[in-house]
Amino acid sequence: MPTITYIQNDGTAHQVSLPMGATIMEGAVQNDVKGIVAECGGSCMCATCHVYIDEQFLDLLPEMEEEEAEMLEGASAEIKPNSRLGCQVRVSPKLDGIIVRIPEKQ
Amino acid sequence: MSKKVVIIGAGHGGIQVVASLREEGFDGEIVLIASEKEMPYQKPPLSKGFLQGKQSEEAILFRAATYYENNNIHLRLGEEVQQIKVSEKRVVTSSGETISFSHLILATGANNRKLVFNGTEAPNILYLRTLNDAQVIAQRLESSQHIAIIGGGFIGLELAALAAEKGKQVTVIEAQTRLMERVLPAVISTTFQQTHEHNGVRICLNSHIEQISNEGIQTKEGFIQADLILAGIGVIPASSLAQEAGIVCENGVVVNEFQQTSVPYIYAIGDCANHYNVFAGKNIRLESVQNAVDQAKVAVNHILEQPQAYRAVPWFWTNQYHLKLQMVGISAGFDEYVLRGEIGSDKFSVYYFKNKQLIAVDSLNRAADHLNARKLITAGISPTKTQIEDLAFNLNDCL
Ligand SMILES: Cc1cc2nc3c(=O)[nH]c(=O)nc-3n(C[C@H](O)[C@H](O)[C@H](O)COP(=O)(O)OP(=O)(O)OC[C@H]3O[C@@H](n4cnc5c(N)ncnc54)[C@H](O)[C@@H]3O)c2cc1C
Ligand code: FES
Repeated sequence: MPTITYIQNDGTAHQVSLPMGATIMEGAVQNDVKGIVAECGGSCMCATCHVYIDEQFLDLLPEMEEEEAEMLEGASAEIKPNSRLGCQVRVSPKLDGIIVRIPEKQ
Repeated sequence: MSKKVVIIGAGHGGIQVVASLREEGFDGEIVLIASEKEMPYQKPPLSKGFLQGKQSEEAILFRAATYYENNNIHLRLGEEVQQIKVSEKRVVTSSGETISFSHLILATGANNRKLVFNGTEAPNILYLRTLNDAQVIAQRLESSQHIAIIGGGFIGLELAALAAEKGKQVTVIEAQTRLMERVLPAVISTTFQQTHEHNGVRICLNSHIEQISNEGIQTKEGFIQADLILAGIGVIPASSLAQEAGIVCENGVVVNEFQQTSVPYIYAIGDCANHYNVFAGKNIRLESVQNAVDQAKVAVNHILEQPQAYRAVPWFWTNQYHLKLQMVGISAGFDEYVLRGEIGSDKFSVYYFKNKQLIAVDSLNRAADHLNARKLITAGISPTKTQIEDLAFNLNDCL
């Protein structure tokens, strides 16, 4: 099971092991990482699962689909080149060790 | 005396209450009572990712089991509240236990309306509301070929879409003149109807059911063969518990702007709550994640003595095939609409106005319009017709 490190906006880090195929959003919400809201439950409909992905892992992520890109535009916090919607990124073995930062607001 | 919050129902509303209480620093006792035996899960994916086979049972859980332990939540699964003793501030559950509270929250949701003929419930029909329903439907879908769906609303059509994608012969039977008529204007109904037909779904509008048998459905207009009949014909708010306790009910549990019922320390939120909605300009019940979540926050803030009246703009979504429709505001009563993008394409938004004020926006595969519209409507800003029609104009500039 790949391990993800979530870093909350207040600096608190959580290490979570996720089953294959789970999304970064699910891992955060189910394990009580603060700062990911995920109102729509992963339907790519709310942009409240915005995260910043550690630069090192950016190239290993699945490509962003058009709908994610559009939805992301509406996120509340600053959108950076390493912004993604957590519900659209599924974990795979190559993402083991990935570090994900949570923005100050959703 | 310290506060103790008891919540009935662990759906979107109940879970948000628990999460918000702890996030706001509440350190009193929390008891969450859920009649279903499964770990609390989300309902919207049932008619989408879950039945499509794309999301597992695990993936639709609200929280991992450890969440409840770590946050000191007494989660009582498979237990139903059977009575509220209002003046004693206690509830009685199916296990015979009596649980006291200082504040009680009814987040009991709604139950499916059942099809009734001559006073008896029609047999052989499956309805979707719970995970258990979804599991039964998943099995039956596997073994069936001809599927009839009664009701052309959101849930019926999501089921139609996923059954068609599994290669089934699907017929949708709707009594109204068009699909999703209660909430959507004709331009959007038409796009959805065409997409369903394009995917091989037969849509019967203005259709009247006369009889249901093991072989299928007899309508006034003809016979529809079916080895599986599903129905999505609306819901009935789960308010009997409140009613029996003498709490004022009328089309659900009646609440004020802080979600309080007629008993000030008993609150109701979500599908079961009949509230005055500023965007509708009248009392309504909403059946949406947004409404359950936002009302949960209002109730929590009131319990924690930091009251904020409910004033969130309603929004909702549905996924059918490649069509993602997002709705914000309440379009009923509009007197004019403006289009952004082209009807007939799979990507356009409809902006509804009433007395020159923007009241609602429906966006088809235009997520950015939807998010922007939530902000516009919340702020009471109405862009001009020219701005809306000009795809090159960034509507965020109006904010
Ligand atoms: C198939 C389906 C698809 C949907 N799709 C969407 C969508 O795409 N977007 C959207 O916004 N909304 C959608 N909805 C609606 C959304 O799920 C509801 O509006 C939302 O779940 C309401 O939350 P709630 O907390 O009010 O009630 P619920 O989530 O329904 O939870 C109520 C819970 O209370 C429990 N309960 C009731 N009485 C008792 C009792 N006496 N004791 C103990 N427990 C009790 C019930 O078992 C139930 O689990 C969908 C609903 C369904 C069924
Ligand atoms: S959870 Fe809503 S967009 Fe990701």
